Amino acid sequence: MSVARKPIATGSDWNFSVLERFDEELARLADEYRLDTYPNQIEVITTEQMMDAYASVGMPVGYHHWSFGKQFLAVEQAYKRGQMGLAYELVINSNPCIAYLMEENTLMMQVLVIAHACYGHNSFFKGNYLFRAWTDADSIVDYLVFARKYIAQCEERHGVHAVEQLLDACHALQNYGVDRYKRPSPISAEEEVRRQEEREAYLQTQVNMLWRTIPDAPNGVSPLPGSLHSEADPLGLHRGGIYPSEPQENLLYFIEKNAPLLAPWQREIVRIVRKLAQYFYPQRQTQVMNEGWACFWHYTLMNRLYDEGKVDEGLMLEFLQSHAAVINQPGFDSPHYSGLNPYALGFAIFMDIKRICDAPTDEDREWFPDIAGSPWRDTVEFAMRNFKDESFIQQFLSPKVIRDLKLFLIVDDDQMETLEVAAIHNERGYRRVREALSTQYALSVREPNIQVVEAAIRGDRSLTLHHVQDSRRPLGRSVYPVIRHLQQLWGFPVHLVSMEEGRVTRRYQWPIEEENKEVS
Amino acid sequence: MTYFIDRRPNAKHKSAVNRQRFLERYRKHIKRSVEEAVNRRSITDMERGEKVSIPTKDISEPVFQHGPGGARNIVSPGNKEFLEGDKIRRPGGQGGGDGAGEGGASNQGEGDDEFAFTLSREEFLEFVFDGLELPNLQRKPLKSLEEIKMVRAGLARDGVPSRISITRSMREAYARRIAMRAPIKRALKEAQEALAAEERKDPVLRNPARIVELKAEIERLEKRIEAVPFIDTYDLRYHQLAAQPQPSSQAVMFCVMDVSGSMTQNHKDIAKRFFLLLYLFLEKHYEKVELVFVRHHTAAREVNEEEFFYSRETGGTIVSSALTLVNKIIEKRYPAGQWNLYIAQASDGDNWDDDSNICRDLLVKQLMPQLQYYAYVEITPHEHQSLWHEYETVAAQFPERFAMRQIVDAGDIYPVFRELFKRRLSQEQ
Repeated sequence: MSVARKPIATGSDWNFSVLERFDEELARLADEYRLDTYPNQIEVITTEQMMDAYASVGMPVGYHHWSFGKQFLAVEQAYKRGQMGLAYELVINSNPCIAYLMEENTLMMQVLVIAHACYGHNSFFKGNYLFRAWTDADSIVDYLVFARKYIAQCEERHGVHAVEQLLDACHALQNYGVDRYKRPSPISAEEEVRRQEEREAYLQTQVNMLWRTIPDAPNGVSPLPGSLHSEADPLGLHRGGIYPSEPQENLLYFIEKNAPLLAPWQREIVRIVRKLAQYFYPQRQTQVMNEGWACFWHYTLMNRLYDEGKVDEGLMLEFLQSHAAVINQPGFDSPHYSGLNPYALGFAIFMDIKRICDAPTDEDREWFPDIAGSPWRDTVEFAMRNFKDESFIQQFLSPKVIRDLKLFLIVDDDQMETLEVAAIHNERGYRRVREALSTQYALSVREPNIQVVEAAIRGDRSLTLHHVQDSRRPLGRSVYPVIRHLQQLWGFPVHLVSMEEGRVTRRYQWPIEEENKEVS
Repeated sequence: MTYFIDRRPNAKHKSAVNRQRFLERYRKHIKRSVEEAVNRRSITDMERGEKVSIPTKDISEPVFQHGPGGARNIVSPGNKEFLEGDKIRRPGGQGGGDGAGEGGASNQGEGDDEFAFTLSREEFLEFVFDGLELPNLQRKPLKSLEEIKMVRAGLARDGVPSRISITRSMREAYARRIAMRAPIKRALKEAQEALAAEERKDPVLRNPARIVELKAEIERLEKRIEAVPFIDTYDLRYHQLAAQPQPSSQAVMFCVMDVSGSMTQNHKDIAKRFFLLLYLFLEKHYEKVELVFVRHHTAAREVNEEEFFYSRETGGTIVSSALTLVNKIIEKRYPAGQWNLYIAQASDGDNWDDDSNICRDLLVKQLMPQLQYYAYVEITPHEHQSLWHEYETVAAQFPERFAMRQIVDAGDIYPVFRELFKRRLSQEQ
């Protein structure tokens, strides 16, 4: 059966009214597929504005810092030399969902990008549990405005240099600015402004409470001598356990609340960096899913447009070429190989879920008894809502996708003379490959596990952290600059101990001189 | 629900501040690159920016990372021949292996250890001229008309219609209307209240005459309120302009160059570059600097910039011809009382023997007393000749204002230029 083709527009030029009509069609189809999205705000920008957007890591409003300038220069250089094409689109997790479209895009590109970003990513932001738990799309833009203003004020009052150094230190620790197991309260700009001043005053008193040397008032337990007399500590000064009572993984939070010497404005800036890190936290963990989901939907929606005769063959062919380039996965030995392509992997898995639902084979029935033959729309929705990359791969990477991508597992152990192929795409290997790939995307494995274990509040005020080492993988050389930054924030010596299976494997500290003293 | 917004007309250069911060932070590195670039470049090249590289380790933003070592699992795509249990030599190990495993074939081309980016022309010049200043720039008496700038100076009741301040006029009108209506309104209210009180009375007790009278009064007052004009000539306010003399310093720079036969093409290139630097420097730092180009062989001629740098002419050398011409131009067009005068001369030091002391006399007696600064560069690898020695005596008499340096090859130009125009602050201290 052939459809009478009445394309909305042909050729590669676009204008706003054409885009609006395409968007209407896409919105109608998205609605048909029950995609739940924030309202869209589509902004057409120039190349240079796109480079700006890149440089600010996709924040529509950013505070000033040299590292963003560096980013900009790097992007500009790569772009001008033709080493890198700019992304056709950039989308921000906000409500309304802001998507940037480049003016140079062809008509096909614009339609593709609207489908990809404004319906794909947008619905992912709104639906995925990590985004729901960690970000507040309604207030992020307001919060960014607040942050920018606040930091600009601090620069006026305390000097650009002082603020810059503080930000450098905070940026070094920003991947450690999240409580993984606690849901944060949503951030709201008005709230922040309203509470910020009282917080300054209050926080300072809290810190003083922690460091004060005057004993507690005698309500209940007295820390003064008497009970529990000990030879080593006759006055009981060191009683009361260590602080903090449990290891803290949120280093920035710990610094914000406990660093003894920070001024209130400095604490506030630590907090801003921490809050922004928290906003990006879900994105770091859902790259495969997020891109896969967006590709899945642009592919589905574009095909529907074609089936309904809204686009012509020319546009469709251009789309297919571009789509194939996006989800291309070169092999490990190709000169173009640069790791697994999250678009390719995510798209393959979502398409395969759909296939398993629609036309399950015996293998699928064995591997996915729950979803084989179920309605595909509900199943992909479930997968999108309730997983992150790590668990998504663990749950949904099928033998077929492993075979299609010809995934294999290599063990690289520096104690062995050779690398070993531990599993390939066969019956015996599927589970191991899947397990290993899932782990490869686990944030806890990708980044060293580092926690605050003790602040010596009754001693030299030094801060001790533990690095829980895994598979003998040591910390990189950047550890010294990072703990130097940490020491700047804390104000007293910082010790970092790498531990594996209860044994200390390496100690780091800052300042370094102290170490030399101990040695000599 | 979708909104389309066209952001293209919006401000560009959103990253300008961040970019500046970056350049500021790595000033030292960038300056080194810029200096190298200036020495390397040809004259026509000064108009563009420059690619600058900084070692990546100097600008890295450290975060906790895993280092090499230990055991790790890597899943890769595109298996062709491997079977479970295969052993593979490490890539980069003996014999080079077949490149399997992690990071085998990533970063090609540009090395990872340099962070490269491009400075714009403005940024480039900013770095080239950083810390340089025209020496002895003095405040001279204000030149007549040109120096006066009209500035806004409050408001006045009179003026031309084009300078009406609408907001202020309306505000005045509003105030006047309130002021004029208030007493009438008060009287009106009283009358209305009296009328109401009258009408509330028992019909028997009412005074009909009083009611008529009050009604007439109300009508009269309402008319008066209406009669208050919405805007009146008294209300009009005009922006006032006042002439403010602008303290400003103006300078003229004479570029004097020898184009005689003894100057080889190479000499000329070097001289050209020196002047070009000078020219860019002036253009950048001082808006009110005029340039006069004088080229000479046996006779001197004032030429335009284009001709100065790019036309060809040869002959013998009489330096004093140029100095005389400069002196004439100064007398005619740039009286020393109103202008800061600078002369920069480039030559290979060749001169007719008996001309050098004429030059010295010209300088000492006529030019130097009026000048702020005289910079002389001699482009020669050879022994100095009479001109240099005569100039040395001038330098001894005016150590603050007369500077001379020797340039041997193109690489010397930039350092010499910097030395000549270094901020004088440090010298004074």
